[in-house]
Amino acid sequence: MYNRDKVIPGIIIFVLFAAFPIWWGHGKSVPPPKPELPKGKCVESKEYMRAHHMQLLNIWRNKAIREGMRVYVSSDGSRYWIGLQNGCMKCHHDKSKFCDRCHTYAAVKPYCWNCHIPPETKEFKPPKRSALLKLFGIPERLTGNSSHHEYEEH
Amino acid sequence: MKRRDLLKLAGLSAVVAGGVPGFLNKEVKAREYTPPPGALTAKRWGMAIDIRKCWEHPECRDCIKACHHIHNVPEIPEKKKEIKWIWKDEFEHAFPDQPNEFNDVLLQGKPFLLLCNHCEHPPCVRVCPTEATFKREDGIVMMDYHRCIGCRFCMAACPFGARSFNWVDPRPYIREFNPEFPTRMKGVVEKCLFCYERLEKGQIPACVEACKHKALIFGDLEDENSEISRVLRSRFSIRRKAELGTGPSVFYLIG
Repeated sequence: MYNRDKVIPGIIIFVLFAAFPIWWGHGKSVPPPKPELPKGKCVESKEYMRAHHMQLLNIWRNKAIREGMRVYVSSDGSRYWIGLQNGCMKCHHDKSKFCDRCHTYAAVKPYCWNCHIPPETKEFKPPKRSALLKLFGIPERLTGNSSHHEYEEH
Repeated sequence: MKRRDLLKLAGLSAVVAGGVPGFLNKEVKAREYTPPPGALTAKRWGMAIDIRKCWEHPECRDCIKACHHIHNVPEIPEKKKEIKWIWKDEFEHAFPDQPNEFNDVLLQGKPFLLLCNHCEHPPCVRVCPTEATFKREDGIVMMDYHRCIGCRFCMAACPFGARSFNWVDPRPYIREFNPEFPTRMKGVVEKCLFCYERLEKGQIPACVEACKHKALIFGDLEDENSEISRVLRSRFSIRRKAELGTGPSVFYLIG
């Protein structure tokens, strides 16, 4: 075999590199997430909600928006107002202490909060300048993307 | 392996591959959905705008402020990117089908209040590829923002310019938001929804409630005894671009 002294170490380095996630995390365990549960009971059992909340939310948004069915009658006969901001989050006061804990752990990024406003939100942040504009130092006013702070002046 | 055994094995594998049969799955038993109690309902919601009352108070923007605050509509200074649910424009823009040089003079500087017309035959609904916009039984041309893919066919189809597109993230442009209502995100079309979320709670639309001069009348066009039907029977009214056949449900009382 030609270049044995280069090829073999090369293969070893490659295997180590490719297996990086395995040996780096070996023997360690990440503690399971502990979402903060509000007092009282949810619309369905904890086990059901844990396994099926996403299906339920998906059905809810179709029922509420498309069919006008705003009220959910749960398996024990209680009635609940359907809504994320006006339903779920009235008990689950803090998205970061409830939703995010498991979602971060499971590395899922639901896009609910692109539009829905988490209850802990106080204000929205001013518009961000794009990285490219910053890199070349182009002032915002030249792009026609003037922020609302400038608007307040006139 | 015998042929018979192979077939048995294949059948068994098919059952296993097909997943656990539904009846073994522990699901929630009763799942029922009902419309909200106490909601305002109608056969065909409509609005009449007493534009003469509007003209008596040219500075008044109460309806616009109320609507835009309640629905988290951003104030984007740039005209090309602005979002509007209810707004004012002049006669020749609102009614371009009525060319009349004398009217133009007569009505110069007189604003018309414009919003989604909630048409009987909405062209925006016909073109929407995802059914994100659809017509409800009560006549409201509804939007399901979850489904909008931002193709803007509806904007091209709407003859009234009632739809706005979010070219940028609207959130930074909302000064005081209403935590009861969501915002929209970049890449989504939005418009007036006749306050479906208030009707569900038994409230009239925000603009109608906010108008202290009672220039906006909201009600059921198919109910003979509703205030709006009586007003429309007794006074002369016009609709925007009625000749297009979309059947607008917003009427302007001019007589």
